[in-house]
Amino acid sequence: MNLPTPDGMSRRHFMRHLATAAATIPTMQFISHVQANAADLKKRQKACILMWMSGGPPTIDIWDLKPGSKNGGDFKPIATKGDLQISEHMPKTAMVMDNLSVIRAMSTREADHNRGRYYMHTAYVPNPTVVHPSFGSVVSYEVGAKRSALEIPAYISIGGGGTSPGFLGMAHSPFLVDSTGRINNADMGNVTADRLGQRLSMLSLVEDNFIKSNRGEYGQAHKDIYGKAVNLMTSAQMEAFQVEKESPETLAMYSGEPAQGRGMMMGGGNNFGRSLLMARRLVEAGVPFVEVDFGGWDLHQNVFQTLRDQRLPALDAGIAGLITDLKQRGMYDDVTLVWMGEFGRTPRINQDIGRDHWAASWSVAIGGGGLRGGVAVGETDKDGTSIASSQSYLPGDVWATVAHAMGIPLDTVHTSKRGRPMKIANGGTAIKELIG
Amino acid sequence: MAGQFGTAPCESWMHFCGTQWKPSRSALLAASCAVLVAVLPLDVVRGAAPNGAKSEFESFSSGSADDVVSFINQSFLQSWKDNEVQPSPLTDDAEWLRRVSLDLIGHIPTADEVQQFVADKDAAKRSKMIDTLLDHPDYVRNWTTIWTNLSIGQQTPRRVSRDGMMKFYREAFGRNRPWKDVVSDLVTADGHFEENGAVNYILAQMQDNDDGVQLTAMTARLFLGTQVQCTQCHNHPFNDWKQEQFWQVNSFFRQVRKIEHRKLDPQTGRQVDDFSEVVWRDFAGPVYFEKRSGLMQVAFPIFDGREVDAGPDTERRQEFARLICEGERPQLAYAAVNRMWAHFLGAGFTRPVDDMGPHNPPTNPAVLDRLAEEFVKSGYDNKQLIRWVANSLPYHLSSRMTPKNEVDNPAAGETALFSRVYVKPMSAEQLFDSLIVATNAHQSGRGGWEAAERQREEWLQQFVRDFGNDMNEESSSFDGSIPQALMMMNGPLIRDAVAFQPGSHLAEILAGRGSDAQKIQTLYLSALGRQPTRQEINTFQRVIRASRDPLVAYQDLFWALLNSNEFIFVF
Repeated sequence: MNLPTPDGMSRRHFMRHLATAAATIPTMQFISHVQANAADLKKRQKACILMWMSGGPPTIDIWDLKPGSKNGGDFKPIATKGDLQISEHMPKTAMVMDNLSVIRAMSTREADHNRGRYYMHTAYVPNPTVVHPSFGSVVSYEVGAKRSALEIPAYISIGGGGTSPGFLGMAHSPFLVDSTGRINNADMGNVTADRLGQRLSMLSLVEDNFIKSNRGEYGQAHKDIYGKAVNLMTSAQMEAFQVEKESPETLAMYSGEPAQGRGMMMGGGNNFGRSLLMARRLVEAGVPFVEVDFGGWDLHQNVFQTLRDQRLPALDAGIAGLITDLKQRGMYDDVTLVWMGEFGRTPRINQDIGRDHWAASWSVAIGGGGLRGGVAVGETDKDGTSIASSQSYLPGDVWATVAHAMGIPLDTVHTSKRGRPMKIANGGTAIKELIG
Repeated sequence: MAGQFGTAPCESWMHFCGTQWKPSRSALLAASCAVLVAVLPLDVVRGAAPNGAKSEFESFSSGSADDVVSFINQSFLQSWKDNEVQPSPLTDDAEWLRRVSLDLIGHIPTADEVQQFVADKDAAKRSKMIDTLLDHPDYVRNWTTIWTNLSIGQQTPRRVSRDGMMKFYREAFGRNRPWKDVVSDLVTADGHFEENGAVNYILAQMQDNDDGVQLTAMTARLFLGTQVQCTQCHNHPFNDWKQEQFWQVNSFFRQVRKIEHRKLDPQTGRQVDDFSEVVWRDFAGPVYFEKRSGLMQVAFPIFDGREVDAGPDTERRQEFARLICEGERPQLAYAAVNRMWAHFLGAGFTRPVDDMGPHNPPTNPAVLDRLAEEFVKSGYDNKQLIRWVANSLPYHLSSRMTPKNEVDNPAAGETALFSRVYVKPMSAEQLFDSLIVATNAHQSGRGGWEAAERQREEWLQQFVRDFGNDMNEESSSFDGSIPQALMMMNGPLIRDAVAFQPGSHLAEILAGRGSDAQKIQTLYLSALGRQPTRQEINTFQRVIRASRDPLVAYQDLFWALLNSNEFIFVF
């Protein structure tokens, strides 16, 4: 594919010109992945797709219903192909539930949006002296950095906000795109390969001098990011962002809407489904961690109607479509799916027919990556207000399970900038009911 | 990320700003010798102090003879000794001018300003420069921007007037109004959102119908440097705040109501948004809140142990404004001092800067105490506070780490010792305004002031849209993400900046007389506010001579300078 440059600059073309320019100025170091090994991409690559439910989803109405309790609400549970029941408004997911498990005994203490978001992403509670990396950044650092053929960022976040790479550095921060997959300013205009090469060589000289002046890490981080941006500008893997290359039938599988014309699909409809489809394309291209944001869960009022009419139909179609598609492509055993938000919501229904923030007893869904599907891990009591099983789980246990599935050793330790050792997933344990 | 910054001595432009400079080297730059000598700071020429004499730090003076500045300097000299670090060398004049311009007026200096300042032989020139910048029209603009963003966010909330908020702060900083009066106006504001711009602070915190919860939390954080948002629901896990105290403060904000007026659009016959307004709301007695146990509790209007009458005749916000200014060292002053210090030095006395309290003791408490006390005595004079901070020795140190103060690295989680200045990324506004200065666009006068302001506002809104995110965590600065790098490399702003059009700065420089070396120098002074090093001149001269079209090479050089880490950081 020719690159998003009007003059049809290919990566090879660019690299050749860059070599000429670099001869003039010897400090050219921007392209680190020159020896892209195409065979590497063909290998079965482990990945994780995080479905992030921003706002905090009422898991008591989705994965862990409480029929007969005063907290039960409007919805009934239905049987699934797995060994557990879920909400009646998740019928498509029920049909593939043998591939997905639910951890019903999450107990996570943080019930503020920002704190919960931080805790669930990093496995660490916020601490004023250190910024912990999100798990996507950990995967970028541990897995992405080793994929020499990967030219686009290793942690991509679709439709959501940024999370911090913390002490792992900006090079591992999430690359944010919206569900259209459009990337601004990737087009170099009328700048030729020669000129880009000359510019980057000149830039390298100035940047290196600033880095050598030893003012802290910012200078090097800036240079690293520019290197990644140039990689991205000149990469054929950019095509992975173009969901419109998929057939209407595939799009329909994710959106739950009948296959229409391509234009219709891209015009509106279901952003969550489209984002998940983009996630699959990115994972196929070798991206090890993709986060898909699906918001609108902060349901302090009118929870049941909103779930029934808006949130759950899209959620149901998206999850079922993703699992079906990954299985059809033989990728499901390599791609781990995680579904979570900042916290769950109060079992008690408030005066506005809503549910408030609740972190003491709630659910996270997880599947793929060779993990056991179709089981419920742990349980809550009959009213959903506390954990009834002997074991409860922390975000670190979820991420340890993902690390296990992705082949990242659990004894991996990172070092904070202060020199403090930090265990991966905050020393969590892979959940034995899931890893078999 | 480990090992990315070595400790090897630098051999680049450092010979302009410290003991590494050797006079013989400058001979190599025969063509530009005059300019080069002009940028050498006086203290370099003086050299190191002999044994027994005062060190360059002990004898340092910005030109200010203020007792408070002397106190701060003495205090830090002792603190560095106690912590066994040696401060970084004094920063050179060119670098310091760039730093103080960005911090005080929000953009880099022009090439001419750099050359004039470096050539100035007045021993008190730094202190005088601070005074000059305090009177610069962009001082008002810069601080209006900073406080508007802090008060209502970068992205204007629904039914809030950004213009109104800016008008309020423009007047506050333009007249240098006492900070306590400014805060008092903000928390007690009533009326139309454009006639009394102060109400926009309250309107921005009243987006949800949350009984003033957000307004309470924001007021505590922004003006009192105290994080209480967690105590809405439970006692604070770290600081002293109890859940009850949150609601006691909240009860001061219950006499507030907003009205979002609508009006008929005569053209369409539909109702459309008109102005917003803050009005008095009848409220008396306690507020009720729910303990975690589910028990309901009451809270009366009490601040810092001082209670006001909860009857219907009390103007509670007026009382609140009075209470937060009471005493010799009110928290209001501490919060302002801490924030101001962090603005200039790159780190506050506490981290985060707005989370003060017994759970988070400040570094250098004596300096913080003294500054807070003097700030109150000065009548909450922001300009005076800036003079103390900006004239103090720590602000004149280089941001470079040396082997003798490598532990002083707050970015690595260490305690800030202020033995060097810490690097900050430019804010979006600093970036935009600095690009305008570097490319001389403000001089070329294309389109006039209003068009320029509109363009700036559009660019900033785009920046926030592209780089902000959904959870109120806005990206206020260049955070080093790939999309931002792409914007700088390929976006219209830089494309215009390096465009070779008649009348553009670049075209003017290149059409002017002078050798390649001199033109390279002018580009460096315009973009980076310093002279190029010998290595830089030699390399770029070679590239320009070897290129088929030198104009293109100059364009590319300017592109590289504006895209560099050195341009985007404040150091």
